[in-house]
Amino acid sequence: MSFDVDIKKIVGGERRRFSLDVRFRTSVRRTVIYGPSGAGKTLTLQAIAGLLTPDDGRIAFNDEVVYSGSAGTDVPARQRGFGYLFQDYALFPKLSVRQNIAFGLSKGLRNPREQEGDEAVQQWLRTFELVEVARQRPAELSGGQRQRVALARALVNTPRALLLDEPFSALDPELRQRMRVELDELLKRVAIPVLMITHDLVDLEWFGDETLYLRDGAIGERPASASVIVGVPS
Amino acid sequence: MDTSTWITLALTLKVATWATAINLVLGVAVGWLLARRNFFGRELLDAGLTLPFVLPPTVLGYYLLVVIGKRGWLGGWLYQSFGINLIFTWQGAVIAATIVSFPLVLKSARAAFEGVDPQLEKAARVLGLGEWALFFRVTLPMAWPGILAGTLLVFARSLGEFGATLMVAGSIPGRTQTLSVAVYEAVQAGQDSVANTLVVIISVTCIVVLLVAGRLAPFRVVR
Repeated sequence: MSFDVDIKKIVGGERRRFSLDVRFRTSVRRTVIYGPSGAGKTLTLQAIAGLLTPDDGRIAFNDEVVYSGSAGTDVPARQRGFGYLFQDYALFPKLSVRQNIAFGLSKGLRNPREQEGDEAVQQWLRTFELVEVARQRPAELSGGQRQRVALARALVNTPRALLLDEPFSALDPELRQRMRVELDELLKRVAIPVLMITHDLVDLEWFGDETLYLRDGAIGERPASASVIVGVPS
Repeated sequence: MDTSTWITLALTLKVATWATAINLVLGVAVGWLLARRNFFGRELLDAGLTLPFVLPPTVLGYYLLVVIGKRGWLGGWLYQSFGINLIFTWQGAVIAATIVSFPLVLKSARAAFEGVDPQLEKAARVLGLGEWALFFRVTLPMAWPGILAGTLLVFARSLGEFGATLMVAGSIPGRTQTLSVAVYEAVQAGQDSVANTLVVIISVTCIVVLLVAGRLAPFRVVR
C-alpha cells in the first residue's frame, strides 16, 4: 500500500492566511504525521479523505489517483473508500450505537432501523464489547466506548485504509494509554493501512513505522524537540 | 355557534394549513441555502425575505396587489395565460398569509441548520452517503426541532393574519372571510356576541398551537 501526496491549499482570509504545501510518499503499513497544533495536520488528512479540495496538486493511493489538480480529477469522499476517525468521533447523537455502526452499510435516504440485525454489525459489536450498550445513544457512553463505536463504524464498511485524526486526544490520560494498546492490537488484526496524525509524541512510538514531521504547513526534518523527548536515535 | 361561523373557522384553518405547508418546504430549502451556501447577496436575500416581518401588513398587501393583481406583472401573466385570478380568492389569502409568516420559519430553519455540526456531515460523506441521503439522514433530523417550532409559529401567525389578507382577498363571507377579518366585521356591525365567540375561538386555538409547539419541539429530539 502507498500514499502519494502532493498538495497545495491556502485557507483563511486576508488577515489570517495559512498556506499548506505538503508533499510525501509513504509505503509502510503505519504512518504517523506528527506536528504541533496549527501545523495543518487535519487539513492534510481531510484533503486525503476528500473532505477538503486542495487548490492544486495530486493525491494517489496505491497508484490510483483520487485527486489531481492538473487532470481535474476529484473523486468524492464517499467513493474513496477510506475510513476516517474524527478527533471528537463525530458520532450521530440521535442514533443508537448499533445504528451508528450500521450507518454506512445502507446508502439510501433512511437511517438503519434499530432492530436491523446485520451480521457484520453484530460482529463488530462483539469485537469491541459494545453488545451491552448497543441500544444506547453516544451521549450515554464513556470516552473509550465512543472511540470504539467510531472505529467500528469506520471498519464495518471495510475501508481500503484508515485515517485517524488525533485518536486519543479526546480521552483522559489513563484511558489514553489503554486505548493505544487496544488500537495497536486491533490494527494488527485487521491488517489495513493506517495514516495517523497526532501532536502526541507517545503515539509515534506506538504507531509510527514511519514518521513525517509537519510544521507550518509543510513536511520537514524531525525537530530537535521530538528526538529529545522520545529518545529516538538520530 | 351558527353555520357561518363554522364555515369561517374551516376556511381560516384551510388557509393557515396551506400557508404552513408551503412555508415548511420553502423554509427548509431557503433556510438550508442561507446556512450552508456562501453566495453573493446572501445577507441581502435574508433581509429581503425578513422584510414582511417588519413592514406594515397593509404595505405588504399593497405590494401583493401590485404584483399578483390582474394588472400586476405576475398576476397579469397568470390571468392572460391561464385565466387565473388570485385577487379576492382564498388562494390569494394563502399567498398573503404565506408571505407574512415566512420570516418566522426562515429564521428558525436557518439557525437550526447553522447549529448542525458540519463534522457530522463530513462523517456521513466518508461513510459513503450522497448529498441527498446525508441531508435527510443527518442534517434535517438534527435541525428538525428548530424547524418544527418555527413551523408552528407560522401556523399561529397565519391564523391571525389580517391586514395583507384583507387587502388581497377581501372579506367575502364563506369565500375569503377569515376569522380575524370576521371579528373586525362583527365589531363594525355592532354584533358583539358574534365577535365574542370568534375572539374566544381564535384565542383558544392559538394557545393550543403554542402549547403544542412548546411540547413537540423537545420531544422530537429523539427520533
